[in-house]
Amino acid sequence: MEAAFALLAGAFVATAVYLLLSRSLLRTLLGVAVLGNGINLLILVAGRLTRSAPPILLPGQQQPVGAIANPLPQALILTAIVIGFAFFAFLLVLAYRTGQAFGTDETDVMRAAEPSSPREPLSY
Amino acid sequence: MQTALVSVTDWIIVVPVLLPLLAAALLLILQGRFVSPSILTGLAVLGVGVGDLFLLRRVLPGQPLAMTMGRWLPPFGISFVADALGAAFALAAAVVTLSVLVYGRSEPPAARAGWAFYALVLVLLSGVDGAFLTGDLFNLYVWFEVMLIASFGLLVFSATPIALDGALKYGLLNFLATSLFLLALGLLYGTLGTLNMADVIARAGGTNTAVLTAIAALLLVAFGTKAAALPLNAWLPASYHTPPAAVSALLGGILTKVGVYALLRTLVLLLPANRDLLEPLLAVVAGATLVLAPLGAIAEGNLRRAVGYLLIGGIGAAVVGLCVPNPDGIGGAVAYPIHAMLTISALYLAAGLIEDAAGGPEVNRMGGLYAVNAPLSVLFLVLTFAIAGVPPFLGFWPKLMLLQGAAALGTPWAFALAVCLLLNALLTLLAGGRLWARIFWRPADSEIENRSNAPPNRRALAFGSACGLAGLVLVLGLWPEPLLLTARAAAAGLLAPDAYVSAVGMGGRR
Repeated sequence: MEAAFALLAGAFVATAVYLLLSRSLLRTLLGVAVLGNGINLLILVAGRLTRSAPPILLPGQQQPVGAIANPLPQALILTAIVIGFAFFAFLLVLAYRTGQAFGTDETDVMRAAEPSSPREPLSY
Repeated sequence: MQTALVSVTDWIIVVPVLLPLLAAALLLILQGRFVSPSILTGLAVLGVGVGDLFLLRRVLPGQPLAMTMGRWLPPFGISFVADALGAAFALAAAVVTLSVLVYGRSEPPAARAGWAFYALVLVLLSGVDGAFLTGDLFNLYVWFEVMLIASFGLLVFSATPIALDGALKYGLLNFLATSLFLLALGLLYGTLGTLNMADVIARAGGTNTAVLTAIAALLLVAFGTKAAALPLNAWLPASYHTPPAAVSALLGGILTKVGVYALLRTLVLLLPANRDLLEPLLAVVAGATLVLAPLGAIAEGNLRRAVGYLLIGGIGAAVVGLCVPNPDGIGGAVAYPIHAMLTISALYLAAGLIEDAAGGPEVNRMGGLYAVNAPLSVLFLVLTFAIAGVPPFLGFWPKLMLLQGAAALGTPWAFALAVCLLLNALLTLLAGGRLWARIFWRPADSEIENRSNAPPNRRALAFGSACGLAGLVLVLGLWPEPLLLTARAAAAGLLAPDAYVSAVGMGGRR
């Protein structure tokens, strides 16, 4: 079961790399989103997949009875999802504004910060 | 197991994180009313600096200070651990932030964009200090994201096309780097079952070398991107020249050094056996960064982009220390980023003053600026010497430590790296000297005039803040004992982690 999930996480990351290599900004951003999901899946598998009780203590219990699921990956993933979502939203707005400023979403055209025309060399 | 409560005097460990966060929250509530945002921010950063100083004095004898949050015992609770490395870096970051705040008062109000600028600076400082002081790898990831989101805000503040372009490239590549960091954390958790740094040290020895080395390599890629080491540096020259000079100085001074810090923390302290295996790769990265980055500065016509390349060259010097695992080498890797924080920030501030006086960033259109502002030419020359590591200034000592470490190691790799270090000093001097000659010495193309719009008292304030940093670089160069002592203590703590592990309360598990 874990092997199948590991392969699925790998497929997510491979898809993300393919999308990230695109010149189109929108595809790059989709790649960022897919990469985040692949990594979250990886963390879930890293905590081991088990068929056991949820990690909840009933009233009066001091410690769980029997095997329980690993709660830590879920806490990690929850944090990572929130952060990843915020960043994706920010990058989406940033890309939208940049696309408006340059009139395209081709990253080849966006050379305002790094002009591509050769400068005269710094000589005397 | 550590079960006693941490004494109240030791709560000082959370001050560098909590104080700026609270001040930023206060700024958000007040929105610039009642209190001047710059003064509130200045006081908060001053408080952080004093806290860092006390923290450094407390941990310098060699016993790190640890605090685990929320009555969850380590390794489950999130630990904060201050050792000489983290406290010294945090102190340097506070000094840089304070200078930048003083400089920022001189920029036109539009560039400062009011109280929100100060809130973002505070959040950035809080994230940086959190990264320096946390003892938990996932928490380190969270602090990385905190400072990343604050730096996004600072970069796009002016919202000009050039700033948007720079911020987009910075944002995508840095977010990718932190995603790879998170990926490495997932794999590490799957292998060792823990993300508490002290627990990782106790468990990493000898288990599954192949997997841990792959994780270490992934961490090298992630933090190498954050530190802008060649060949992962593309985002830095694309973005750091786009915001106002104060923001350039803040980001350029502090953020890349957090990447170096994370490399030191993970490769030297947590996974030393795997660092040994990655040593050839680290040596290639260090050598290439040292030699190629100053060549970029020589070929560059935009002043602040050229400064960016000089910054990247310094990262190479810090990576040299990672390849030389003896007290001198690691000590040099600790001392160099502290020097670079102060000097690079001062250089960016000086570049901002030059661009202000010349009316643009293109070095080819400057010239004859000596006639307009002679003191500024002295400042820029001093900082050029400092960044190249010429003796009376601070940069000399870390490089000397690195050379001593390489000589003590005595392998062919180490000698090649020592040659690269010296070559870097020469090329940096060449690049800086050419910039200086081009900007100040060369006769002007047109009539010389000061094109700055800023009122004289504001210009004096900005010049004073850059001079303050440069003066600190000179004083610490003439009296390097405190820095060298701190670097040696930090290196000793990194190479022998027992004190670190027992401070967190994981000592019994070894």
